[in-house]
Amino acid sequence: MDNLMDLLAGFGNVVTPANLLIALVGVTVGTAVGVLPGIGPAMTVALLLPITYGMDPTQAFIMFAGIFYGGMYGGSTTSILLNTPGESSSVITALEGNRMAKAGRAAQALATAAIGSFVAGTIGTLLLVLVTPAVVSFAISLGAPDFLAIIVLAFIAVTAVLGSSRVRGFASLLLGLVIGLIGIDLVTGQQRLTLGIPQLADGIDVVVVAVGIFAVGEALWVAAHLRRKAGEVIPVGQPWLGRKDWGRSWKPWLRGAAFGFPFGAIPAGGAEIPTFLSYVTERKLTKHPEEFGKGAIEGVAGPEAANNASAAGTLVPMLAIGLPTNATAAIMLAAFQSYGIQPGPLLFERESTLVWTLIASLFIGNLLLLVLNLPLAPVWAKLLRIPRPYLYAGILFFASMGAYAVNAQAIDLFLLLLLGLIGFGMRRFGLPVLPLIIGVILGPMAERQGRMALQLSGGDLSGLIGGPVSYVVYSVIALILLWPLARRYVRRAQRERLPA
Amino acid sequence: MTTMNDTAPRSAARDPQGGRSADRAQYGVCAFLALVGIAVIVDTSLLDAVTTTNDPIGPRPVPMLLGALLIVVSVVYAIDVARGGTGEPEGGEDVDLTASMNWRTVLLLVAVFVANALLIDWLGWVISGSLLFWGSAIALGSRRYFLGLAIAITLSLITFYAFAIGLGVNLPAGVLRGIL
Repeated sequence: MDNLMDLLAGFGNVVTPANLLIALVGVTVGTAVGVLPGIGPAMTVALLLPITYGMDPTQAFIMFAGIFYGGMYGGSTTSILLNTPGESSSVITALEGNRMAKAGRAAQALATAAIGSFVAGTIGTLLLVLVTPAVVSFAISLGAPDFLAIIVLAFIAVTAVLGSSRVRGFASLLLGLVIGLIGIDLVTGQQRLTLGIPQLADGIDVVVVAVGIFAVGEALWVAAHLRRKAGEVIPVGQPWLGRKDWGRSWKPWLRGAAFGFPFGAIPAGGAEIPTFLSYVTERKLTKHPEEFGKGAIEGVAGPEAANNASAAGTLVPMLAIGLPTNATAAIMLAAFQSYGIQPGPLLFERESTLVWTLIASLFIGNLLLLVLNLPLAPVWAKLLRIPRPYLYAGILFFASMGAYAVNAQAIDLFLLLLLGLIGFGMRRFGLPVLPLIIGVILGPMAERQGRMALQLSGGDLSGLIGGPVSYVVYSVIALILLWPLARRYVRRAQRERLPA
Repeated sequence: MTTMNDTAPRSAARDPQGGRSADRAQYGVCAFLALVGIAVIVDTSLLDAVTTTNDPIGPRPVPMLLGALLIVVSVVYAIDVARGGTGEPEGGEDVDLTASMNWRTVLLLVAVFVANALLIDWLGWVISGSLLFWGSAIALGSRRYFLGLAIAITLSLITFYAFAIGLGVNLPAGVLRGIL
């Protein structure tokens, strides 16, 4: 019941005219930037993070909550009206959504996505309120070796489970870990990998890394391959749902939310798996199987709900353990750190007001999004026609502004370019970006926990493995790593059996 | 975009004899990873091996481990490439992977970007940011020079007043200090 009181107090903090205005600005800007082609939710949050630098933490996080859900929703608008989405979480939405739009049902596709996002976002945020305290009380009992194990699990999960090539995933992760090493070692005060450059002593700011890899890398990559003709945007009026479409949508929304939240909350989370599962389920359960592949509304409603619920799910490990499981959560974590706040089990004790205000603003942002998006959809659709030279020039412009604003030093712009070129190379060679970001953020944390564990054991390496929690976690890691090997043997055994 | 090729076996990307010429540039990535690994190891070996009872391992083992792992990964990567492995270039709304890489645009963008980094403290954000936007738009193929310049100046003035003066974000006024 305490949590409920805290949440109500959080609502109290948000519902002042000034803070509601901030939430509204966050949602609007987040959606507007998220709609722009080539800008996914993670890049939206990274690009817009610097505009909150001058605010106090509470207001910054109210705006952030709006940007977070706004960016998510903006991405789905793009995939419905333009197809071929930039971010993997919207790929499934585009399957049916774009076909609905082509068949003249863009208004219904956008409406079921908007309302589904609202329903799933609200359910997801409610579950966040219910689940997080339990995760916190579990996490508070964990020691340094357990934390180390959980962080290692996050590393392995993002590299080995997501993405198609493990060696490329590990290459990306290691680059991220090395970037995370740069700066003064906090225990001994020695400079590592700073090359004698004084500005590198504090390390490279995570915002600079994220903006460089996502925004600059993407802009350069697209510039090298810019389509002569921009993709075709389907015109749309005011989104609305008829009675029949409501009837076909509400069950997929609920099922999608049920798929999305748990997958978002586990370390190997992300939205790819739940959106796919939701799509497959809806295709199986639908009464209109003939429409699938031609624009079935269930195929938009379910995955869109799964996408949003999983976004809420990723906040559970992010807030309760300090563990980001996707790129957007990783940048949220960086935002906390830039205010000197460390997410984790102690967050709810130390920054109780701030956290509950953030959660309350998630509810309010979600509601504002629904109110805003239904009437404004035609405006968002216009944003999709923005001439591409201006769009990518604008991305470089805002990326430079944000990176400079972090420390007000021009050297960050050179770092930004260097990271952008790394991001460009990674896109060229098919190296996944997420492991790098996770490595930059969690690497220093992993080292700190590891050294703390060894301090407790007096330098004995057995100190790295703690109690039952770390046994379980390391077994899971072993399973993930050995799985392809095992699968190969199973396949070979089956193949040998077949000819006989 | 759907063609008859869709019926070809999906595993072509992994097949050395699959008709697609191997992507040899990938060896460059392996070399880069190995070089980073060596650099990390060299830098770390120059550190003092400080250990105390509070910190039994000191600052060296973690970077040493990462350097070694980078070298291992670069070798495994090279083996994968030699066996015909390729990474799939990233697609996107505005990406046309069928056309060849347009290096001229990329180099022009890098030049404009560097110019902004060199000029920002002296000229201030409003001027250098305008040049950044205008130059990038032209590099990306915009031919409406005056419109582009107008947008660039408007955008940098708006961001300067809204963020630097309104929200307290760090942006330099440069030579226009006192005028803006």
